[in-house]
Amino acid sequence: MALRQCAIYGKGGIGKSTTTQNLVAALAEMGKKVMIVGCDPKADSTRLILHSKAQTSVMALAAEAGSVEDLELEDVLSVGYGGVKCVESGGPEPGVGCAGRGVITAINFLEEEGAYDEDLDFVFYDVLGDVVCGGFAMPIRENKAQEIYIVCSGEMMAMYAANNIAKGIVKYANSGGVRLAGLICNSRNTDREDELIIALAERLGTQMIHFVPRDNAVQHAEIRRMTVIEYDPTHKQADEYRTLARKVFENKKFVIPTPIEMEELESLLMEFGIMEQEDESIVGKTASELAA
Amino acid sequence: MAALTREETEALIQEVLEVYPEKAKKDRTKHLAVNDHEANAKKCITSNRKSLPGVMTIRGCAYAGSKGVVWGPIKDMIHISHGPVGCGQYSRAGRRNYYVGVTGINAFGEMNFTSDFQERDIVFGGDKKLAKLIDEIEELFPLNKGISVQSECPIGLIGDDIEAVSKKATAKFGKTVVPVRCEGFRGVSQSLGHHIANDAIRDWVIGNRDAKEFASTPYDVAIIGDYNIGGDAWSSRILLEEMGLRVVAQWSGDGTLAEMENTPKVKLNLLHCYRSMNYISRHMEEKYGIPWVEYNFFGPTKVEESLRKIATYFDDTIKEGAERVIAKYKAMMDAVIAKYRPRLEGKKVMLYVGGLRPRHVIGAYEDLGMEVVGTGYEFAHNDDYERTVKEMGNATLLYDDVTGFEFEEFVKKVKPDLVGSGIKEKFIFQKMGIPFRQMHSWDYSGPYHGYDGFAIFARDMDMTLNNPCWKTQTPPWKKNDDAAPLAAAA
Repeated sequence: MALRQCAIYGKGGIGKSTTTQNLVAALAEMGKKVMIVGCDPKADSTRLILHSKAQTSVMALAAEAGSVEDLELEDVLSVGYGGVKCVESGGPEPGVGCAGRGVITAINFLEEEGAYDEDLDFVFYDVLGDVVCGGFAMPIRENKAQEIYIVCSGEMMAMYAANNIAKGIVKYANSGGVRLAGLICNSRNTDREDELIIALAERLGTQMIHFVPRDNAVQHAEIRRMTVIEYDPTHKQADEYRTLARKVFENKKFVIPTPIEMEELESLLMEFGIMEQEDESIVGKTASELAA
Repeated sequence: MAALTREETEALIQEVLEVYPEKAKKDRTKHLAVNDHEANAKKCITSNRKSLPGVMTIRGCAYAGSKGVVWGPIKDMIHISHGPVGCGQYSRAGRRNYYVGVTGINAFGEMNFTSDFQERDIVFGGDKKLAKLIDEIEELFPLNKGISVQSECPIGLIGDDIEAVSKKATAKFGKTVVPVRCEGFRGVSQSLGHHIANDAIRDWVIGNRDAKEFASTPYDVAIIGDYNIGGDAWSSRILLEEMGLRVVAQWSGDGTLAEMENTPKVKLNLLHCYRSMNYISRHMEEKYGIPWVEYNFFGPTKVEESLRKIATYFDDTIKEGAERVIAKYKAMMDAVIAKYRPRLEGKKVMLYVGGLRPRHVIGAYEDLGMEVVGTGYEFAHNDDYERTVKEMGNATLLYDDVTGFEFEEFVKKVKPDLVGSGIKEKFIFQKMGIPFRQMHSWDYSGPYHGYDGFAIFARDMDMTLNNPCWKTQTPPWKKNDDAAPLAAAA
């Protein structure tokens, strides 16, 4: 099969890295050849596959060697569970330098060095929470990821973020070939969560590709720096990730999203009781004013 | 050719504007004007606005204004071009700011110090590299008196904390280390760079010696805004000294950090380039009550006026001194004018330069019987045009941030005998068969300031204008059609 490049976006802390690695582990179990490219300066996108704390990143190695041109592919590539190839772009500590430029440099390096070899079936880019600047949009520019999966939950901010990411995709969908491939609901056990995400997906013109229920097995595996697939292959949560992997593998629904206006999103949230009807009479009133 | 009338000049502007699309035309209209002594400069010309995309502008950037103009000439400091290597290398020693000193030992003007940013410095930040660079400078060039950090564009983009590095280095070495936030993308031209540089001097230099003893005299002055191009500040300084003043500081041509720190002790600040250093002059007026006066040392008429104007701030000793200086050089000036005026009389000049020269050199040309028929500034503000309107003849052409196209068209139509502008313009006009002088760098000549400078100025204008090469230059299409039969045969 031809190489499919996928990028995973979503609000910070939503579980992108965990979901990606479990999904990738399930694909590897199916016999697929997969590579993960971590696009986050924290460099924690591959730890469950590699059983390591944080993989030594492209940028860290480049800084040590002098420049990125001094590196070889094997210096930055590690192979973990199921033959999954792992790369971390890396970047600066918080508050200095330019993390976006780190992502751009690392991805260019991988391309030039031929990391995307013909044997690969999938590449997954695990991208930091918000698309804060051009650097973090790098994975969805031309000739990179064609499919975007947004990890979200039934919480208000996660849905806001999903809608914003959809806006970003529209920009690059017109200039390149990138498409929204679906929402992955990583459950937080909120009320009517699946219905809500299905409704949101419909508004965005896409699908909820899978509802991943919340299960402590994920945390148990994480403590051991493992995916559920590897830690406890018989657990029902492992099957959930296998289902997700199969759906991703079979997915044919790639769309240019139709992001919605803030009002529409808010009315959706109200419909599901996530957000209360705004009481305009209390806006800008202090506690003492309201008491009076 | 006779000078254009007001109507003809207005028609010329309209004709040149005709090629622009509607929006560009609307914008450029405001920057082109026919000089009118009655009109308010604010009404007649718009300045200090963003250049249009798609035109060729002659402007520089904020880094050029700070590193290239204001800070660069301070000879005993090391000026770090912080960022990728190009900005520092291509601005190295290009401005001809002369200085006395041993380069690499106690003076550093011709050298390029850069942090030479690489990809990893962008990604991981350049603060550590900057600190290391300062350490290395201290080790290799221990006689430097201080360091300035001139920010190139990426520094502002990645948000490096150069202030923290500078403070730390100041404490470590006990020397002045000045962070300057002059990233090139700030502002519309080099003008904002001048302002930022002035503010950095205000915050990190002025006041450093306030508590120290200083043996003052009643005649202490500072030269502000003379960059000693081709030795300009030197030929100015001798006149001031001959009239009895003591020049405590030169800002910043052939200047030192100590001179700048001592400037708050002077009695009067003499401001030559108003545009690039009015800010610091105003600051010293506000904080120390030091008055400042603008002067013009181009051509004997203006020098004479300026010497008398400066003398009014002092007692009779200085007033007499000014008269003595004027008298001393009278014969020399008369001889220069007697020699060159007949060769230059009636010749027309068009100028397009930077901070002060579009108006300051008019008098020098007039002393030679020449007329400036068009002038303009790269980065002036309204107050510059207010000063220019008075100097220029009525119905002459004014052009702000002129575009390559406009400048060429104006020159084609006005047909001046001489164009004075910069290196980028030089060869265009020379190829058009028009004598040209570089009025930024004095074409590797100078000084042009003061009495000595005027003699050189007059000689240079003569040798350019009356160079026999212009008469031998006949373009192929104006030659007799000897080649035509050949072309037909082929």
